[in-house]
Amino acid sequence: MSHSKTASIMDARILVPALGDAFRKLDPRSLARNPVMFVVAVVSALTTILFLRDLATGGESLGFSFQIVLWLWFTVLFANFAEAVAEGRGKAQADSLRKTRTETQARLLANGDRARFKLVPGTSLKVGDVVIVEAGDIIPSDGEVIEGVASVNEAAITGESAPVIRESGGDRSAVTGGTQVLSDWIKVRITAAAGSTFIDRMISLVEGAERQKTPNEIALNILLAGMTLIFVLATATIPSFASYAGGYIPVIVLVALFVTLIPTTIGALLSAIGIAGMDRLVRFNVLAMSGRAVEAAGDVDTLLLDKTGTITLGNRQATEFRPIRGVGEQELADAAQLASLADETPEGRSIVVLAKEKYGIRARDMGSLHAAFVPFTAQSRMSGVDFDGSSIRKGAVDAVLKHIDETVTAGGNRVGGEAIRDIRSIADEIAKAGGTPLAVVRDGRLLGIVHLKDIVKGGIRERFAELRRMGIRTVMITGDNPMTAAAIAAEAGVDDFLAQATPENKLSLIREEQAKGKLVAMCGDGTNDAPALAQADVGVAMNTGTVAAREAGNMVDLDSDPTKLIEIVEIGKQLLMTRGALTTFSIANDIAKYFAIIPAMFLAFYPQLGALNIMGLETPQSAILSAIIFNALIIVALIPLSLKGVKYRAIGAGALLSRNLLVYGLGGIVVPFVGIKAIDIAITALGLV
Amino acid sequence: MTFNGWIQILVFCGIVVLLVKPLGGYMTRVFSGERTLLSPVLGPLERLLYGAAGTSERDEQHWTTYAAAMLFFNLAGFLLLYLLQRLQGSLPFNPAGMGAVGPELAFNTAVSFVTNTNWQNYGGESTMSYLTQMAGLTVQNFVSAATGIAIAVALIRGFARASAKTVGNFWVDMTRATLYVLLPLCIVLTLVYVYLGVPQTLGAYVDAATVEGARQTIALGPVASQLAIKMLGTNGGGFFNANSAHPFENPDAISNLIQMVSIFAIGAAMTNVFGRMVGNERQGWAILATMGVLFIAGVAVCYWAEATGNPLVHALGLEGGNMEGKETRFGIASSALFAAITTAASCGAVNAMHGSFTALGGLIPLINMELGEVIVGGVGAGFYGILLFVVLAIFVAGLMVGRTPEYLGKKIEAKEVKMAVLGILCLPAAMLIFTAIAVVLPTGVASIGTPGPHGFSEILYAYTSGAANNGSAFGGLTGNTPWYNITIGLAMLMGRFLIIIPALAIAGSLVMKKSVPASAGTFPTDGGLFVGLLTGVILIVGGLTFFPALAVGPIVEHLAMLLGQTF
Repeated sequence: MSHSKTASIMDARILVPALGDAFRKLDPRSLARNPVMFVVAVVSALTTILFLRDLATGGESLGFSFQIVLWLWFTVLFANFAEAVAEGRGKAQADSLRKTRTETQARLLANGDRARFKLVPGTSLKVGDVVIVEAGDIIPSDGEVIEGVASVNEAAITGESAPVIRESGGDRSAVTGGTQVLSDWIKVRITAAAGSTFIDRMISLVEGAERQKTPNEIALNILLAGMTLIFVLATATIPSFASYAGGYIPVIVLVALFVTLIPTTIGALLSAIGIAGMDRLVRFNVLAMSGRAVEAAGDVDTLLLDKTGTITLGNRQATEFRPIRGVGEQELADAAQLASLADETPEGRSIVVLAKEKYGIRARDMGSLHAAFVPFTAQSRMSGVDFDGSSIRKGAVDAVLKHIDETVTAGGNRVGGEAIRDIRSIADEIAKAGGTPLAVVRDGRLLGIVHLKDIVKGGIRERFAELRRMGIRTVMITGDNPMTAAAIAAEAGVDDFLAQATPENKLSLIREEQAKGKLVAMCGDGTNDAPALAQADVGVAMNTGTVAAREAGNMVDLDSDPTKLIEIVEIGKQLLMTRGALTTFSIANDIAKYFAIIPAMFLAFYPQLGALNIMGLETPQSAILSAIIFNALIIVALIPLSLKGVKYRAIGAGALLSRNLLVYGLGGIVVPFVGIKAIDIAITALGLV
Repeated sequence: MTFNGWIQILVFCGIVVLLVKPLGGYMTRVFSGERTLLSPVLGPLERLLYGAAGTSERDEQHWTTYAAAMLFFNLAGFLLLYLLQRLQGSLPFNPAGMGAVGPELAFNTAVSFVTNTNWQNYGGESTMSYLTQMAGLTVQNFVSAATGIAIAVALIRGFARASAKTVGNFWVDMTRATLYVLLPLCIVLTLVYVYLGVPQTLGAYVDAATVEGARQTIALGPVASQLAIKMLGTNGGGFFNANSAHPFENPDAISNLIQMVSIFAIGAAMTNVFGRMVGNERQGWAILATMGVLFIAGVAVCYWAEATGNPLVHALGLEGGNMEGKETRFGIASSALFAAITTAASCGAVNAMHGSFTALGGLIPLINMELGEVIVGGVGAGFYGILLFVVLAIFVAGLMVGRTPEYLGKKIEAKEVKMAVLGILCLPAAMLIFTAIAVVLPTGVASIGTPGPHGFSEILYAYTSGAANNGSAFGGLTGNTPWYNITIGLAMLMGRFLIIIPALAIAGSLVMKKSVPASAGTFPTDGGLFVGLLTGVILIVGGLTFFPALAVGPIVEHLAMLLGQTF
């Protein structure tokens, strides 16, 4: 998978099979999905028949007719080729995924007893079965860990070879079929039957087998069909106008005019654009469950971002020691360091680091101190260390004060009201600044506070400013209290925040925004995120998350990186922009084609119209042929653009539109004048007409 | 081109723009059901009418009910007008003793007035009795205009309302358009025209002895009242055959200016009604600006072509512009301006003969109509017409800003695009298909006045004018034949109702949608960029559709003239 990520557009492994597919896609059932190209195929077939008839009866200018017929078919083939190339990249990914879906043997547990299992083929597993997977085994199907903890290699789906931990309970309980357990063992309850596992869905998604037209694609198809009808009217009435003037126009010329006028460029590339959009997400290691979700991403108005991990660096770090009056900084630092020596949490480690860097307190060996570590529990909300009859605790201010109260009733030293006031004022000050205060107490004596700070990620402020320019409002979601949340929100530059977030108020925030007509995107991983993920218009579930979260979202991020929401929005916008830009280009092209074909067409009986031949094309036949060749070649020329997508720039909608109008609108008017003239010179020089 | 000519054009534009805000504000109040200056007088009458019809302003209609009411009302109007013409011989108010109108002509005329086209295959003073003129034609002049305004207001409500089901009440909108907008303005205008010398009488025609001693019958009638609504309601059906070129229907430069302004007044103000109702007047101005750009461009080309005249005539030693078919009391600038206005606004009244314009001068009226009568357009009709183009423009451009397209907070999706395409498609269908048949049909070609490309233009113009519900004629073509009466009648029906129904369907679909608040990512639709975009889309879609037809008509005629050949 990681190899195919770098597969370039011009990769022969994709281009060669795509050539074959271009012919295979001439199947009318496949063509019928695309109204514009279907029409081109039908008229190509008709002109082929007419040409064969002329060939048999010995008609005029057979060479010219033959070339037109040839280029008409090329137009259809180029469109098929574009689609095949777009699909080809997905196919390469699907193939590498398929390799991971090897036949596995599963150890099915009969009654939950670890030792009693029977070996069954992985494909025979049903939802609800419990299997045991041991080190070295491939996990047979998607499931949820119900017992045990193991390190798992998920490179098969994420391309990332570093193993991840999967354990029962919590938000890291989901395992994916096809991944490999590296150490320890886990008991897994199967959640997906054979054929509908995550990898199966990934394969069909990247292959485009499940691709359905998105709402916007349908609307665009209607517009293109409408334009086609308009040009049916414009060309089908010409023979009668000619006959009024006493002239005659060959069918082949009319067909050439018709095919060049109808929006073949966008018609040919439309499905390639859609497939490439999904593909870009896949290369970002994001799986969209439907094209609709990708489109919705472009429309997102409000982005809900979890504070932890997205806006801040996940773990808080100690930045200063604030002793109360009468206590030295050194003393506080010393106690805090002792209490944290055995604390393996990032916060604990950061205290040790700070004490060393700022106060030169070296790490001590717990064993030689005869110290016993007191771990953090949900009840005590403190951790610390006991040694030589002395005890040090650190924890939330309230918890620590409660602890002092308890020890006081047990007959310890009394703590003065002044010390409590002091500690509260320091704590408030830190909380207002967005930090977390951690009180430190030694043998019932308050020492002071460790200031833990949420570190806002570098560059995130600029990202939010960019989002604002894109017209997207960011809302930070955090479990912190409102004061802390406000401070971090201000530092990070988000537009709004939801403090003390619960699954319920997260859900109601989404509903409120949607009631205002806005589209909401969010990401989440826990089971309690599932309702909000399902409610959001774009719900990105983290791959590390629970099965419930993955089911509820309409995208899955394989790297579990919540900042990716921003890229997802950009990819959605890019997809829509590419469609718009190529549609504009396609329609703008028609002006030049008229100036090429109309004078050529009527020249026999209205020679005055030769004045409209502003490109100075050599002969009527070369003019018509040049127009149709340009029309076919422009499809091939634009395949890279349709696969790469038009670049999105956060410069405001007005500026973006004028830029795109200039490039694709004005460019669309000018380019064919130049192109048709060049082709005319070339085919005249080659003596093709 | 003269300085004086341009001053006339600018004065006209200035007056129209000045009228937009006051008239727009007044109409907004009327259609929102708020109190206006005229409410004390007209309020009781209005309620009386609702009582008699068994409706109420609170009875809001779903778009389908609204459409059904509109169709029923127009069908009834058609039947009434048809019967009036067929039976006029035995009905009163017929001092000139006009007989029954033939069935095809009666069909054509009834359709023509019901669809606000006023294509006239008859000469008013020699065909229609006073009763037919007043109770039939003039009544339709009012209600066909009111129908157009009602549809536009319904469509505006589609954008202005959110998460609703209904688009208004057809009967109420129609009544208010007639009672509060058209009638009061027409009464004022009628008095002004009478003051300027336009006849208003039910007396018989007058016989006079000319200076040469010959006897001449001078046609009279209730001209001023019909003139007022013919302009204000963009109907265009003249009381006299010569329409506003006739001295009794357009005596002098002042009456000419008033007529031109009243053609544009309501259509231009409609953009302001839109702006006010959606809560941002700039949105209305942006649409009016688009219309303005297209209009000025058309006037400039037409005036330039007419003022330049014919090089072949110049070669014979005759200097100056093209005065053929123009009234000397109006001159070239006012005639070119009038031609551009009347075809831009789907009015169809004329003060000069368009068929006598130079090829390029005559091309402009054709293009104005082929673009779908969206340059100000017919009252109401022009506005809902241009909104169909707005839907298309927004759809393509909206994608280019990286969002699914939205206009005024409403998402433009498959249903809206489908309806807009249908609406836009029906005009070229009617114009091109009928022209294509007529130019190869012996009966069709037989009516042509001048053979060659000019004759082609005559036929193209006839169907274009009919389908666009304009009603002006190119001259030269003998339209009063069964073939043209029936086919132009059909073109008029297509051009009217096949646009109205999709427009109402869009209103019905939009009204149900939520309104998305604008953000920095939303494409602003009240600025110059939008104006440029919309202008481009109208020109490209319209231009591409008709390029082949125009090439073998006016364009080849012009190129031939430059090479010394005329038709």
